[in-house]
Amino acid sequence: MSTQAKQPMTMTQKILAAHAGKDFVAPGEFIQAKLDLVLGNDITAPPAIKEFTKLGQPAVFDNKRIALVPDHFTPNKDIQSAEQCRQMRVFAHDQSIENYFEIGEMGIEHALLPEKGLVVPGDVVIGADSHTCTYGALGAFSTGIGSTDMAAGMATGLCWFRVPEAIQFVLKGKLSEHVSGKDVILHIIGKIGVDGARYQSMEFVGEGVASLTMDDRFTIANMAIEAGAKNGIFPVDERTKAYLENRGKRPSVIFEADQDAVYAQVIEIDLAAIRPTVSFPHSPDNTRTIDEIERMEQEKGAITIDQVVIGSCTNGRLDDLRIAARYLKGKKVAKGVRVIIFPATQKIYLDALREGLIEIFIEAGAIVSTPTCGPCLGGHMGILAKGERAVATTNRNFVGRMGHTESEIYLASPAVAAASAVAGKIANPERA
Amino acid sequence: MSTSGRAFKFGDNIDTDVIIPARYLSTADPEILAKYCMIDIDDTFAGKVQKGDIMIGGRNFGCGSSREHAPIAIKGAGVSCVIAETFARIFYRNAFNIGLPIIECAEAARKIADGDEIRVDFESGKIENITKGETYQAQPLPPFMRDIIDGGGLIASIKKSRGEA
Repeated sequence: MSTQAKQPMTMTQKILAAHAGKDFVAPGEFIQAKLDLVLGNDITAPPAIKEFTKLGQPAVFDNKRIALVPDHFTPNKDIQSAEQCRQMRVFAHDQSIENYFEIGEMGIEHALLPEKGLVVPGDVVIGADSHTCTYGALGAFSTGIGSTDMAAGMATGLCWFRVPEAIQFVLKGKLSEHVSGKDVILHIIGKIGVDGARYQSMEFVGEGVASLTMDDRFTIANMAIEAGAKNGIFPVDERTKAYLENRGKRPSVIFEADQDAVYAQVIEIDLAAIRPTVSFPHSPDNTRTIDEIERMEQEKGAITIDQVVIGSCTNGRLDDLRIAARYLKGKKVAKGVRVIIFPATQKIYLDALREGLIEIFIEAGAIVSTPTCGPCLGGHMGILAKGERAVATTNRNFVGRMGHTESEIYLASPAVAAASAVAGKIANPERA
Repeated sequence: MSTSGRAFKFGDNIDTDVIIPARYLSTADPEILAKYCMIDIDDTFAGKVQKGDIMIGGRNFGCGSSREHAPIAIKGAGVSCVIAETFARIFYRNAFNIGLPIIECAEAARKIADGDEIRVDFESGKIENITKGETYQAQPLPPFMRDIIDGGGLIASIKKSRGEA
């Protein structure tokens, strides 16, 4: 490596520079980058296929580097959804798309792709789904784009980007019991706001990273978009390497931020001080700690609930289900509360079954569903009626997101969600 | 190139779930999506908006989901331009890619009131408020973005660069 006055770069800058064939890229610069993977789902791929067809190009740039996952309105919720899935299936067949995952082998895209080893460190990935930023947990640059960008990506294997500035989050200490990655990201979003990292990269570093499980990291990177970020990214360490063993389909390329890289902002986060955190309606940055909620309860009464949803691309992984099971084991969900649990992939479902987690859920009075994005975005499988209230481990609590415009969503960790399911109100997992 | 119309004003953090709720995403047909545009925040909007009208947002307009159906619904409803204080990044690129002009201008976003008559000149970035007799100046588009718009959207500009247009 050259030692002459080399301009320092963040991890994201380095990955983008390498994929743009440049030694250096500056924040604000527009570049064309080579893509390692292009993703679409049953809602976003059909318009992309239509745009791709307009180009009149016979084949996609690489049939191994496109992933198509029917996960949103599946199992097909109505005739129109079935037609959208069919369009994607026919396209996948005609184009010999290697990574098309039919019902039975599919999962929620952002849990499925890492699980299948389709994303490796150093990749540049675009997906026509905003939570594509999840793969930053693996030390990849990944970001959500729309259907037209997906079409262009499938045709050319390239995408234009404006190189983002970065916010560095220096994580210190270790999470306390009952607290997980979801509390970390809700805490951060509450602190910086839903546009606090708009157009920027969120780079997580520091000695605290080592103690976070891969599932914690996936959850944290997943919700970077809820702070407006372009991507969230973690350094590659021993845990990442262990996760990729016997899994990664391509060789990893490990990038590290330069010591003297320039950040728009540096924010220290003491993991040990993070409390169970809940986002109140109707914005992910409207956060309260469980202690504030308990005080509210004493003053104004408990926040009673009608439904609990545990799952999604944010919190439907095996660790999340293990955590939920811990609070549901040997308990019954509160009378009148509907508890819906969604393992994010077929493999997670099977692993949970073999570990006895599914039995714990069913005995507690929860239902367990096949993998789908359905309830998270108000598609199907758990829509809320007027005036109903849900605690969900999902990622958005916007007006009408999960059903009626006068329903309410409280975003929380699997621990808070499971403890709340038993209590029938938003509850502190420390007391469960 | 310019456009003019009546302003429909919305607030901060208008997310793509309220622009077009997921329950209508079983299609990407602009005419159908247009009927439900903004329904969860203003169910009278789709009935009132006229061709050429202008949508005004506050900070972080278009945050949330990457659904391109959101700018498609807005464009399908007849809106000729969205002016906001700031835009969420995926919405920003989607709007350009499908050919819906959008302009970041904090002053215009704050001062324009619901129902004001607005004229926008895309080349100069000048926004005229005919009702109030005010003028606001937006930043010109970065050259990279202008190339996409001039090319007629992303797909058309790719065709053009391949010498097919």
